[in-house]
Amino acid sequence: MSTQPKTMYEKIWDSHFVHQEEGQAPLLYVDRHLMHEVTSPQAFEGLKLSGRPVRNKHSILATLDHCVPTKMLDRINLPDPIGAKQVATMIQNCKENDLELYEMDSQNNGIIHVVVPEHGFVHPGMVTVCGDSHTATHGAFGALAFGIGTSEVEHVMATQTLPQMKSKTMLVKVDGELSPLSTAKDIALAIIGKIGTAGGNGHVIEFGGEAIRALSMEGRMTLCNMAIEGGARAGLVAPDEKTYAFLEGKEYAPSAEYWDDAVAYWKSLPSDDGAVFDTVVELDAAEIAPQVTWGTSPEQVVAVNASVPAPADFDTAGKANACQSALDYMGLEAGTPMTDVKVDYVFLGSCTNSRLEDFRAAAAVAKGTKVADGVTAIAVPGSYQVKKDAEAEGIDKIFMDAGWEWREPGCSMCLAMNGDQLKPGERCASTSNRNFEGRQGKGGRTHLVSPAMAAATAAAGHFVDIRTL
Amino acid sequence: MQPYSKHTSIAAAMNRANVDTDQIIPKQFLKKVERTGFGQHLFHDWRFTDDAGKIDNPEFELNNPKFAGAKILVTGDNFGCGSSREHAPWAIEDYGFNTIVSTSFADIFYNNCFKNGILPIVVSPAELDSLMAEINGNEGVEFTVDLEGQSLTTPGGLSISFELDAVRKSNLALGLDDIGQTMQHVDQITAYETKHKAQFPWLWANANG
Repeated sequence: MSTQPKTMYEKIWDSHFVHQEEGQAPLLYVDRHLMHEVTSPQAFEGLKLSGRPVRNKHSILATLDHCVPTKMLDRINLPDPIGAKQVATMIQNCKENDLELYEMDSQNNGIIHVVVPEHGFVHPGMVTVCGDSHTATHGAFGALAFGIGTSEVEHVMATQTLPQMKSKTMLVKVDGELSPLSTAKDIALAIIGKIGTAGGNGHVIEFGGEAIRALSMEGRMTLCNMAIEGGARAGLVAPDEKTYAFLEGKEYAPSAEYWDDAVAYWKSLPSDDGAVFDTVVELDAAEIAPQVTWGTSPEQVVAVNASVPAPADFDTAGKANACQSALDYMGLEAGTPMTDVKVDYVFLGSCTNSRLEDFRAAAAVAKGTKVADGVTAIAVPGSYQVKKDAEAEGIDKIFMDAGWEWREPGCSMCLAMNGDQLKPGERCASTSNRNFEGRQGKGGRTHLVSPAMAAATAAAGHFVDIRTL
Repeated sequence: MQPYSKHTSIAAAMNRANVDTDQIIPKQFLKKVERTGFGQHLFHDWRFTDDAGKIDNPEFELNNPKFAGAKILVTGDNFGCGSSREHAPWAIEDYGFNTIVSTSFADIFYNNCFKNGILPIVVSPAELDSLMAEINGNEGVEFTVDLEGQSLTTPGGLSISFELDAVRKSNLALGLDDIGQTMQHVDQITAYETKHKAQFPWLWANANG
């Protein structure tokens, strides 16, 4: 008897299927539930009002990241009373329910999608959720990981399951060799530029091909993190030796007793030869230059050596209109070379690009430079672990010598909930994930770039093709 | 969630189309950490003349004393459009409504209603006009909503039957939200966990010790 070849997504789905009642969506089992302070309070309140307990407290790991200040004094006395209330509520909810929380003064504290991998909490083949769209990050480990709403947060706490309709599958295959100055961030932006921000709607994306295999685990996290910006709820990379090596010995990784069994299982997860995807997209890594967004959607992106496009460059009226309104908001003229665009701010951080590898790449460029006049540059490690590791290598000193601010960890200027934000009209080179209107502060203008590009931009005061340095 | 049972209640008319979730609950009230207490901010920008929400706007329909205590909201086309914020049905339910009657609803809002014990009833444009006229032409009109019989009846003699998905109807009647519905399958979940533990013991062995 032959069995139908399956994609990795289908394998994970099948192994987590619990039950389906006629006329209702299938129930999918959830192995790991990640939490932060912004999207969980009403879910805890709902549980309390209905008298339902948390079904599996060991499935939950929580941190404080969205509202937390990145200046030490402000962390001790939170200046925003609403943020302070959210933080206090999270601490109380975790205490009442006996959940593990990485509080602000914990050496484990940091952005949820940075600290979870540091502790090996998500493994290949798991179903992982969080009230946060960038949960897709954990697909880097070959886990099905996606963001959910507040009612669903409550649903998972109470039942350890979610009613879910099955997604379609998309294979994004990136073959060829990436140039040494292009990164996972550039692959992610190039893919979104190709498929559009709605290109992955209704799909789970599996990233494959030799350029993906060549990425480090950090790079795979950056790539999967931005699957949501391509419209997909989740991104996946097949686990391999790099995955196993990353996890081995971490706090929540399988212990020595089970390690071989776990690895044997993980080896069964990659998509079978001949597995059929609903959609296949192919890119040549060698053609991916360092990218920079020019508009207010991640799909509005060009190679750094290109110019700001004009509405006439787009083949649909909708895209042409979107181009014009983005140009108006961004204060850009069509035809301007991207390298002529000056910035006021540089932000190195966020769950997309705040890991040690990102800081090493940026520091290599920042070393011996000075932040340009009139530019503010802030470096915000994704976690205290990243901060400690970077400091051990002298990376903090490189940044501070270059005139950067060296901050405490948190989501910071990615979504500007914590007080770190742009003023109206300010332009920022940012290693984060969303260049939406107002995302980094009302009237702020965001350009998404890789860490090395951010460092080069800080020194020059305008975008730079790092291949020419 | 309260079980939804047959009731006779005051109906309030708000004859506006395309009421979006930003109008139902403006964004400045989304930072609360509770799910309760949003009713005081329902339709804030229409309902009050001041930012603090202390001075009632006498022009706003729901401030009409004859609608005090209303459980049924009769309103215009495409109710609940805009963002997916669940704060919108939270505010409506907390204010005291358990039934909304309109010619159409935005998808996400419609789904969110059932998660919060609210019955959205879709009627024809002609029926909506008749309901509005009856409310506006009389004082303290009470409609009767019968979930089981899927009907809405009025003292003026209107009797409207409405469509409803059978699973949603049953969940509303029992007061089962999605979680309640899933909890009916707790035996299957437990059985799954037993199998899952046997197959993947490392997921459980060192989970928080």
